[in-house]
Order: sequence, then structure tokens, then C-alpha cells
Amino acid sequence: MSRINDVGGMVGFPAVVEEPDEPAFHADWEAHVLALNAALIRRGVYNLDEFRDAIERMPPDTYLSSSYYEKWFTAITTLLVEKGIATPEELATPEELAGG
Amino acid sequence: MSGNHHGSSAISERVRHVEALLEARGLVDEGEVDRRIDEFLAGGSPANGARITARAWVDPDFRDRLLADANAAIREVGLSMAGGLQEQRLKVVANTEDEHNVVVCTLCSCYPIALLGPSPAWYKSEAYRSRVVRDPRGVLAEFGLELPTTTRISVWDASAESRYVVVPRRPEGTDGMSEEQLAGLVTRKGLIGTAAV
Repeated sequence: MSRINDVGGMVGFPAVVEEPDEPAFHADWEAHVLALNAALIRRGVYNLDEFRDAIERMPPDTYLSSSYYEKWFTAITTLLVEKGIATPEELATPEELAGG
Repeated sequence: MSGNHHGSSAISERVRHVEALLEARGLVDEGEVDRRIDEFLAGGSPANGARITARAWVDPDFRDRLLADANAAIREVGLSMAGGLQEQRLKVVANTEDEHNVVVCTLCSCYPIALLGPSPAWYKSEAYRSRVVRDPRGVLAEFGLELPTTTRISVWDASAESRYVVVPRRPEGTDGMSEEQLAGLVTRKGLIGTAAV
């Protein structure tokens, strides 16, 4: 069964949009997400295949509405919970716990 | 969790929170995040792909070796596909008068970072990934690359273990140029296949 990430040949997507003079990261937090993921993989908290899998099993609506590094962050937090590193409550900011 | 429901400051706050937690638990060292960001940004650039292309244009024997075993050939010029989290197999494909090549990763964002640096957002977009395999000619036209109908287009789908780079055709009228000058003609899009050079 294919997952939502398997978009090759899927119809309905719009024209490709290029961004002139695009930076490597569009915000600092994106770079931090990339670095945290590398740190966790290097320490063996999870491996690269597990990380890809965590992105690819995101619910289709979340997958399609998330930016590239938002997908990465979702995968990281999913795996931190599944690996027993932290609870969802611990990973949430005070604002999120308050229902923000 | 849907990103679009949060502003960029909200996600930035969430990332900071998780980073602080991981530091407190000893899973990320102080200063490690900045170091890893610097490493990533220094890890590759399209200048590397351009250098390989220019060498292939001026040295037919190198071109043959590059197309036969790219991992070995790029080591001749001091480059490697082993710098990331795992060694990646590299295949280099060369455009000809009759055939044009273009690279995609339909499943995610696999990309030869060592030779091209960080990938552009359009390469990672669902729009590019879904459409370039179904209608490559149409997508290339959107990039401003109009190919003759007689030109065959091959689309190479990268994977976790395999990466691809395109060697564009050497432009006419460049006979007198040095290898370094030739490298200056080559663009990131040319190396992905969404531009002629």
C-alpha cells in the first residue's frame, strides 16, 4: 500500500514554483531541526530509515499541509515519544499544554 | 500538529523547547547544534557539481570514468559521497543531442548534497515530485527549458541509497574557455536537469 509521500505521478498538484535567491533555510528554527535530527541519529536514538518512516506515516492531511522542516520536526517528536525519550507532555510548550 | 495552523514564532518556540529538553537529557551537547548547522552548510555546493562537469567536458577519459563509476571518479577530484549519514551510490548521467536527463526524488527529497549543497524548495515540493515523472516535458517548459519533441527525456528517481547528477551539454562557442571558466557556466538547475546548462 502506498503512503501519502509516494506522490510520483499523482495528479492535482499545481505548477512548480521557484524562489529566486532562495536561502538554505527560511528561518533559524529550520536549521535547528536539521541539526537536532543529525545529533539524534549520530547518537543512535533512531536511524535514518526510522526517521524517513516517521515522516512517511504522517496522516495525509498533515503531511500535505506541513512545510518540509515541519514534517521533520513532527517525525523527530514522534520518534522521541516512541523511543521513550520524552512524553508528549514534556515535548509540548507551556502554551500548547494550555491549549494554545 | 498541522504546521499551517501555527505561526512561524509558534513552531520556533516548540523547536527551542525540544532542543532545551534534549540538552538537559544529554542527547545534544552545548554548541552542537550550531556546529552541525555549519557542517551542513559547508558540506557541499553546486560549485562541486560544476567542477565535475567542466572536467568531463574537457577530458573525455574522465567523462567515461564518471559515467561508468561516479563514486570512484569524483574521488579523483577530491570529492566523496561518504560525508553524510551514510555513503550514497552516485550515478552521473550525461545529456546528449538526443537525450535529456532530469532528476527527482518522488518519495521525499533525496539529493546529492555533497555535489550540489542544500536542495531548493521546489525540488522537495509535492508539485515537482508528482508532476515531473508524469509530464517531464511540461514541467521543464515551466522552468523555461523547451526541448525539441525529438529529444528523449529520462527521469531519474533518487532513493535513500542512490543519488543522481546530470552533466549538461557543453554550450556552443566555448572552445577557447578554461576548465575554470567552463565550470562558471554550470548552474544548480543544469546539474538537476531543469535547465540546459
